[in-house]
Amino acid sequence: MTTEALVRRPTFDRAWLPKYGVYAAIVLLVLYNVAFTPNFLAWSNLRIQLVQVAPIVIVALGMALVIGTEGIDLSVGSVMALAAALIPLYLGYGVIAAILVSLVAGVVVGLINGVLVARVGLQPIVATLALFVGGRGLALVISHGQLKDVRNDDLIFLGSGDFLGLPMLVWIAALLVLVVAFVVRRTVFGRRLLAVGGNRAATELAGVPVKRVLIGVYVLCAVLASIAGLLAVARIQSSDASSVGLLIELSAITAVVVGGTPLTGGKVRVLGTVAGALLMQLVIATMIKHNLQPSTTEMAQAVIILVAVYAARERKSR
Amino acid sequence: MTALAVPVETEERTSERSDRIVDLVQRQGALAVLVVVVIIAAAAFPNFRGYDNAGTILIAAAPPALIALGMTFVIITGGIDLSVGSLYVLGGVVSAYASKWGFLPALLVPLALCGLVGVVNGVLIAYTRMAPFIVTLAALLGARGLMRALSNEGSTTYLVGDDGFRSFGTGSFLGIGYPVWLVAVVFVLGMVLLSRTRFGRSVYAVGGSEDAASLMGVAVRRTKVTVYVMSGLLAGLAGGINAAKLGSGVTVLGTGMELDAIAAVVIGGTLLTGGAGTIAGTIAGVLLLGVIQNMINQVGNVPSSYQQVISGAFLAVVVVAQTYLVKLRRRT
Amino acid sequence: MPILEVTDVSKVFPGVRALDGVSFALQPGEVHALVGENGAGKSTLIKLLTGVYQPDGGELRYRDEPARFATPMDAQRAGISTIYQEVNLVPLMSVAHNLFLGREPRNAFGLVDERRMIREASEILVRYGVTTDVRRPLGTMALGAQQMVALARAVMVDAKVVIMDEPTSSLEPREVETLFGVIRDLHARGIGIVYVSHRLDELYQICDAVTILRDGKVVHTGKLAELERIKLVSLMLGRDMSAVRREGFTGFAGDHTGAADAPPVLRVTGLSSRHRLHDISFAVRPGEVVGLGGLLGAGRSETIKAIGGAYPVDAGEIEVGGRTLKNPTPVRAVQAGIAVQPEDRKAEGIVAGLSIRENIALAVLPRMARWGLVSDRRIDKIVDTYMTRLRIKASGPDQRVGDLSGGNQQKVLLARLLATQPRVLLLDEPTRGIDVGAKAEVQALIDELAADGLGVVLVSSDAEELVEGADRVVVLRDGAVVGELTGTNVTTEALLETIAAAAVSSEEPHDN
Repeated sequence: MTTEALVRRPTFDRAWLPKYGVYAAIVLLVLYNVAFTPNFLAWSNLRIQLVQVAPIVIVALGMALVIGTEGIDLSVGSVMALAAALIPLYLGYGVIAAILVSLVAGVVVGLINGVLVARVGLQPIVATLALFVGGRGLALVISHGQLKDVRNDDLIFLGSGDFLGLPMLVWIAALLVLVVAFVVRRTVFGRRLLAVGGNRAATELAGVPVKRVLIGVYVLCAVLASIAGLLAVARIQSSDASSVGLLIELSAITAVVVGGTPLTGGKVRVLGTVAGALLMQLVIATMIKHNLQPSTTEMAQAVIILVAVYAARERKSR
Repeated sequence: MTALAVPVETEERTSERSDRIVDLVQRQGALAVLVVVVIIAAAAFPNFRGYDNAGTILIAAAPPALIALGMTFVIITGGIDLSVGSLYVLGGVVSAYASKWGFLPALLVPLALCGLVGVVNGVLIAYTRMAPFIVTLAALLGARGLMRALSNEGSTTYLVGDDGFRSFGTGSFLGIGYPVWLVAVVFVLGMVLLSRTRFGRSVYAVGGSEDAASLMGVAVRRTKVTVYVMSGLLAGLAGGINAAKLGSGVTVLGTGMELDAIAAVVIGGTLLTGGAGTIAGTIAGVLLLGVIQNMINQVGNVPSSYQQVISGAFLAVVVVAQTYLVKLRRRT
Repeated sequence: MPILEVTDVSKVFPGVRALDGVSFALQPGEVHALVGENGAGKSTLIKLLTGVYQPDGGELRYRDEPARFATPMDAQRAGISTIYQEVNLVPLMSVAHNLFLGREPRNAFGLVDERRMIREASEILVRYGVTTDVRRPLGTMALGAQQMVALARAVMVDAKVVIMDEPTSSLEPREVETLFGVIRDLHARGIGIVYVSHRLDELYQICDAVTILRDGKVVHTGKLAELERIKLVSLMLGRDMSAVRREGFTGFAGDHTGAADAPPVLRVTGLSSRHRLHDISFAVRPGEVVGLGGLLGAGRSETIKAIGGAYPVDAGEIEVGGRTLKNPTPVRAVQAGIAVQPEDRKAEGIVAGLSIRENIALAVLPRMARWGLVSDRRIDKIVDTYMTRLRIKASGPDQRVGDLSGGNQQKVLLARLLATQPRVLLLDEPTRGIDVGAKAEVQALIDELAADGLGVVLVSSDAEELVEGADRVVVLRDGAVVGELTGTNVTTEALLETIAAAAVSSEEPHDN
């Protein structure tokens, strides 16, 4: 009542941390590594880091969009596994066909998630949990639980080839970053997505087809995950449904959150998400270079997530 | 106070009976499906019927049941705890490690450690208003890191050194393993705690409406911290029991365990939005998933991956049905 | 000796002095009315009394001693109970559990004694006229009954002071009688009551004393019986009494010259939705403002939402400009030229986290785009137009809407509606919770839009606003049309009479 009459001034003091903290952390970490890590700037090292982070970036982009609608998608790892399992089955019809089939699998999973969330009205975490559990199982059933070698020159080029001195994987990831950034900023779909995340009821009343937007977001997320899945197959030149994309949902959510996208929806930071993924990659790489065990890395990751979310958490407004 | 003649009560719903039926289905749906599945399984698989097989199902379901019990409390407050899978493994490892000092340390050390993680979870969630999802996600990573640090990056498997502890895990009474008896006792305590104590009522109140609960004098923060501590303790206990059962602290299990627990709780009719749910439902949910697993094992040559597919499909069907029931209820 | 007293308290929020040197004293056994416009500081004062806020200056005394309540719970333990405007109980829990939460009777083992609790709950609630099965979830009961449970709970804690914030806003006339019975009883037991309400009739019926707040200051305090009604209103509004008499209470200019013979731009026939709406029919001509009158829960908001496609309809026809709207959804309704301003601005109106620009453009994005790509130039043009036309005060189109004042938020919402170039505007409480200045502006805007030929449907709980703003008033009760006021008949008295008459004649149980 009374507070309604107030003009709340945006506070600048704390806002910079969630916005620019991730970039500052990257700069600090890079400076540290340049000074103390031997061969950090060697091209071979940077190349490895970039190739490793590319699939996480791709999945995190989709996750950022879903989180922007106040949702979450746990099924991305399973989608990667599904895409990976389908590739060797259809490679006989040509590489294009195989890629298309794995993308279609992504569309189907996205449609199921989207319909469960938008039309049935399930909470995103439960809706996508079903496919998280079932999706990988299905992938294992399809591949009979076996690891299959994939020897296809075109795929191998996608996975480990170079173009203009940069790995194809990095080009693809960069292209997808641009596409998603463009979608968020410049398209009707992108703007509606943010409004849905900001206030679903209001957006619905404004005549925006909210359900269609939501379904679209989940489809987009799953398609990005299936791209990551097929690229993973291309890179390691084999398809193993039991390991591809395992726990990637955690890395993706971490990248999004560390990048400053709030879990409460209504905002998507595309560049921040990329930076979030890079930061986590740098942290892991730095620790490995300094002979710290993966266990330490995991604990450090936990702390970084908490710090990032704490800094960005909702101001006590009401 | 003087009696007032004017009646206020104006009923919102006309069809109370259909309301009750919907309510019954939502609460006891999992139990009904469990009965049906058990009957089918008993008809289809001769081996399923045996008393021994029932013991097998129960002993396999014991650790997940404990985790699901803690999860039920957390979910009724409107929260979620993703760290329990990691805590379960961590509990198993430290239990096996501590078993060289005797029975009690093997049981208490995992409880202490996992309870501590629960305290951290609860305090962060209750006092900093960070989302339970993300706090416990961080705890998932942290606990896994801790487990690996304690086991030389997962390469060391500690064996259970205490014979008493080992026989607690493998022994049985009336054909039912000791762990199952322990779990049964814990569940009875949990039921009493949830439905018959003031703490239990405050768990429901916090999940039903946090603002209202706090205005009504419920210690919201304390309630939240308590449920996450309980969840941590139960995950640790589950880990300890598992270590006793297997005779070692296995480091590779437990991935996705938290999601299985959530699935069991949701199938049991507890609303993920908080404020409603029962422990009886959770038992039915856990057993249902256990029986499905057992059935698949009975078939024999079916790969275990089918179990995941069936569990996933089952979860989807149950939650969709639940949502429609709730909608149906609103409409009548 | 007052039981609860504040002296010279102030409360400052960033940018606003919500309370400025306010003094207020409540005697035991007194029913003290606290009145003022929205934003006058009533809520802030209540929150200071109940421990939600701490005063920035001044003194709080309770039972003759300086007091400090760090939390609402502290105040409650000390004997100050509050009943809030929206029922603050847990809908999913049973009535009995709500009543006894935290004070459940326990047996010898320390466990909750369910049977005793249910028995006692039934006994207590009968005295408040609630005779339902107390094991049912609270949320399945009517709002009035829920309010009674809240009241019973508040009084149960051995309260010395009960603060009621708009307790009757969701009550039926019958239920109001019951409430007043309870209040008289509390009064007789020497309990002090702070009573906040906008309904003047109620105040004069039940209150002994009155304190009037305006712009964070006390402008009057004294016996209510000694204060003339028109004087009270003029003090509240800060307007000259003669001006109030002359101009009325609102910023509306008067009648609209809507063409009486033009075909209706909106025609609603036989609109029904189970339990809520029964066979509602009315029509709106271009340039006409049709008011929907009735009490809370009469079905006004539901009617508006149903026309806007946001509320399920079982039967009935909606025609816009002669064309039938089939299977209405919000998307189709907007396309047909219907614009809905929902009652709850924060929950269903604005997107607080987005900028003014995004909020205004939200409904018309496809028109601002080509092949799915948005043109910022086109958006800026309409945003500029509407920000100027509606005089939206902001640092610029990029400011977050959540940071604007209530009045400006409402204007942004109206700008979004107007940007869709609607033919019919459905306004649900357009001036609720906004300051006096913005209120007059919004009311003038409604006049202007009607003059431009829009059909307007206006819902307002403020009788004056409804009567002065609308050319005709359709009165609803229990989801059905019970009367219509036209021409010179559109007066506050006639409106209240129609509502009251309907209330008496209606025998059916209300299913709010």
